[in-house]
Amino acid sequence: MIEMTGIRKDYRMGDNVVSALDGVDLAIADHEFVAIIGPSGSGKSTLMHIIGCLDAADEGSYRFDGQEIGDYSEDELARIRGRKIGFVFQQFNLLPRMTAQENVELPLVYQGMRGGKRHRISETVLERVGLADRIDHRPTELSGGQQQRVAIARALVTQPALLLADEPTGNLDSRTGREIMALLHELHRAGHTIVLITHDASIAAQAPRCIHIQDGRVLAAADGQEVS
Amino acid sequence: MLPQTIAMAFKAIRTNKVRAALTMLGVIIGVMSVVVLVAIGQGTTASVTDSIQGMGTNLLTVNITTRRVGQYGGYGGGPQGAAPAQPQSAGQQRGTVVLSLSDILGLEASEAIDKISPMVNGSVTVKAGNKNTTVSMMGVLPAYADIRNQSVQSGRYIVQSDVDNRSARCVIGAQTAEDVFGNTNVVGNTLHINGRAFQIVGVLESKGSSAGTSSDEVVILPYTLAQRMLGSTTIGSFYVSAVSAEAVTQAQTYVENYLYKRYQNTSAYRVSNQTEMLNTINETTGQLTLMLGGIAGIALLVGGIGIMNIMLVSVTERTREIGIRKAVGARRVNILLQFLIEAVVLSGLGGLLGLVFGWLLMQALRTMLNMTLIMSLGVVELAIGFSMAVGIVFGLYPAGKASKLRPIEALRYD
Repeated sequence: MIEMTGIRKDYRMGDNVVSALDGVDLAIADHEFVAIIGPSGSGKSTLMHIIGCLDAADEGSYRFDGQEIGDYSEDELARIRGRKIGFVFQQFNLLPRMTAQENVELPLVYQGMRGGKRHRISETVLERVGLADRIDHRPTELSGGQQQRVAIARALVTQPALLLADEPTGNLDSRTGREIMALLHELHRAGHTIVLITHDASIAAQAPRCIHIQDGRVLAAADGQEVS
Repeated sequence: MLPQTIAMAFKAIRTNKVRAALTMLGVIIGVMSVVVLVAIGQGTTASVTDSIQGMGTNLLTVNITTRRVGQYGGYGGGPQGAAPAQPQSAGQQRGTVVLSLSDILGLEASEAIDKISPMVNGSVTVKAGNKNTTVSMMGVLPAYADIRNQSVQSGRYIVQSDVDNRSARCVIGAQTAEDVFGNTNVVGNTLHINGRAFQIVGVLESKGSSAGTSSDEVVILPYTLAQRMLGSTTIGSFYVSAVSAEAVTQAQTYVENYLYKRYQNTSAYRVSNQTEMLNTINETTGQLTLMLGGIAGIALLVGGIGIMNIMLVSVTERTREIGIRKAVGARRVNILLQFLIEAVVLSGLGGLLGLVFGWLLMQALRTMLNMTLIMSLGVVELAIGFSMAVGIVFGLYPAGKASKLRPIEALRYD
């Protein structure tokens, strides 16, 4: 699914060049559930952006789903994001003026899908995350956990190859967080490939495999999990 | 994709109604002023054209500006088609020419010319009882009534025997009759004109006023008597009617040739026809319309800048929304179109509303100020087209700015 070799990414801050990623090698297979853990400033957000095709690396090779995408244009990356990657963000990132269903349908709109088909698919997916009775609610009328479920439904609606979750429980209380994690496990069991980015060791520990990142590098298998 | 983008634009506008209304206000006022001001310009043109055509399209007006003969001021050759100048005598070349009544009536020999009447005019004081007023007095021949489409509502017009006998008879304008007698039923009454007693033989049909001068405030006298009262011995101007509108040019050439033969100088006289006058006036009112439209166009342009301003604010406010849309697969063109269509919908809607308000304002002006206003389809199309174009031009920059946002920066924005 994901093969990265020698990924580098630098940021200029005034006259200083800060290296966010300093030669990252990474491989994630289909149907895996991987947690990427690291403290803030470790470069895990930058790595997540590159994995999610929201940003491009300065150096290195990135093969996603069999395609070398290092030199893809912005519009080609947008196409991959729209069809192969589903994002779940810490801030949910729902559009406030739209209902749950309209939010879930948004990726399908950009695929050019017709309204009737969109409605059917979005209803099915909302049902699957347990929000069948909330499809006409706006984000402000939903609890945090419900909003994150809408976001997960939006991520799933295109049947993406990869589900990329960036601190999905970061804005939720621990009980709702556990519910969301349970949903991710369920999706993993159903065959989805999931990459979870977090700074919380207890969340990361729930994933079958854990990749530690620090100072822009992947740490060698510190706890043995990396090797397995 | 496009219908969904349009639906999105309407939704974005609906969710922020007050702001959308204020943004559109500039375009609304712009389109409204374009429509109303151009309608005023075109209405003026139409009413002026109407009143000129009401004077008769067969009319030629001749003004004599000098009595001198020969090379005084006029170096040009003869009028088109004129015979080569043949001075009648050496003495007359440096003398003066006096046109007599029989000279100009002799022009009726042309088959293109129907009727001819000289005219003298001046200002006189009219008095009846203890009421008096100052009006314009015209001395004419009976033919003048036909030449200028004048008719009497009661009594009769000046007749040839009045002219021959210099009878103290007059025809009075409807407004002057009202002013002096309080009614228009005055045939047979006596009117004092500059102290001399006249019998009123007829009252003119009211024609209404045009461009500030009333054709109803007038007294009409026999030509010969008016000439004597004003102490005038020469003919300063006369009117000629052609047999038909098509014969006007032929009649004009005939009159010009005759006058050139007499004066040897093209600047001694001026022959003008109604078509020329119409053209001159249409040119002037056309420029007026263009100027009014231009001023209104500036208002529309300012409205467009208002749209750009709000769209730029909107792009900044919705940076996060743009980031989310890009994350779920929106390409640059999708974002560009979304904001561009929003701008065009705003300006187009403003244009439509401006048209509606403009139409209402026109109805109000029509009924309250009794103005002639003409709203042409061309102006409607132009106003809508121009306001949409304003949306595109001023929406392009904000939309381009939105589409170029990088997704991670947009997502990070709070």
